[in-house]
Amino acid sequence: MITCEQAAIICDKAQYREASLLESVKLWFHLITCRICSQYSKKNEKLTTLCQQARLHGFSGEEKQQLKQQLKKNI
Amino acid sequence: MLIKQGMDVHQLEPDKWVDQYADYLYNYAVGRVNDDTIAKDLVQETFLAGLRSAKNYKGTASERTWLIAILKRKVIDYYRKTNSRKGKAEVRMTYQDRTEFEGDWLEEQVADPESLRENTEVENEELGMAIQDCISKLPKKQSLVFTMKTVQGISTEEICKELGINASNLWVMIHRARTALMGCLNENWFNK
Repeated sequence: MITCEQAAIICDKAQYREASLLESVKLWFHLITCRICSQYSKKNEKLTTLCQQARLHGFSGEEKQQLKQQLKKNI
Repeated sequence: MLIKQGMDVHQLEPDKWVDQYADYLYNYAVGRVNDDTIAKDLVQETFLAGLRSAKNYKGTASERTWLIAILKRKVIDYYRKTNSRKGKAEVRMTYQDRTEFEGDWLEEQVADPESLRENTEVENEELGMAIQDCISKLPKKQSLVFTMKTVQGISTEEICKELGINASNLWVMIHRARTALMGCLNENWFNK
């Protein structure tokens, strides 16, 4: 059996398709017995869907550094 | 005196702009110009224009609202430039060829599935900005890890190497970020 903390982390990993098969099975067993984690799992999936739907755009870390340096020059 | 009356007086903090608003403005710009590179350029121009006109900032609007206002003007300028280059704006209209519909092209436009699609795009853009806003409220390291993982799709291994953390550190941060985001979106998006 796994704890709720472990279940939550596996559930997070699953959002990025990085949970192993064994982890997924453990999570699945945990979710049928634990209502709180099962609610967390639903919300977590919803967040993943929203992030995909919004097609988020972001500057890369490197681009942000360049941007910062450029602003600094102009302050 | 204004502060005593309970009015918010905001101050500009340009050294925090990139971390706090760059992605937020970028999402807005991408929705308008539909091109990643141009959108990034517009954000950069917005920051520079913000610095130049910082002395005109009165502090009545929040920093973010003020920057968005500048970006809006940059987007308009961009379209003016490209339009004058092309000579005219692109207008797309489709008319149905059946006589029974003759005369009610306005109604056609309303029911046009194309315009429905555009509505969801506007909604997705608003959603994107709501998420970006929530991300910017996270502690710095959490927002960094979450953005690298979720927005930029960088692999766990690479993030760990770049930030000098181990995988379980990473997942704990992701977990905290996701929990905070769920709460934030619940307030800012679902119960708006």
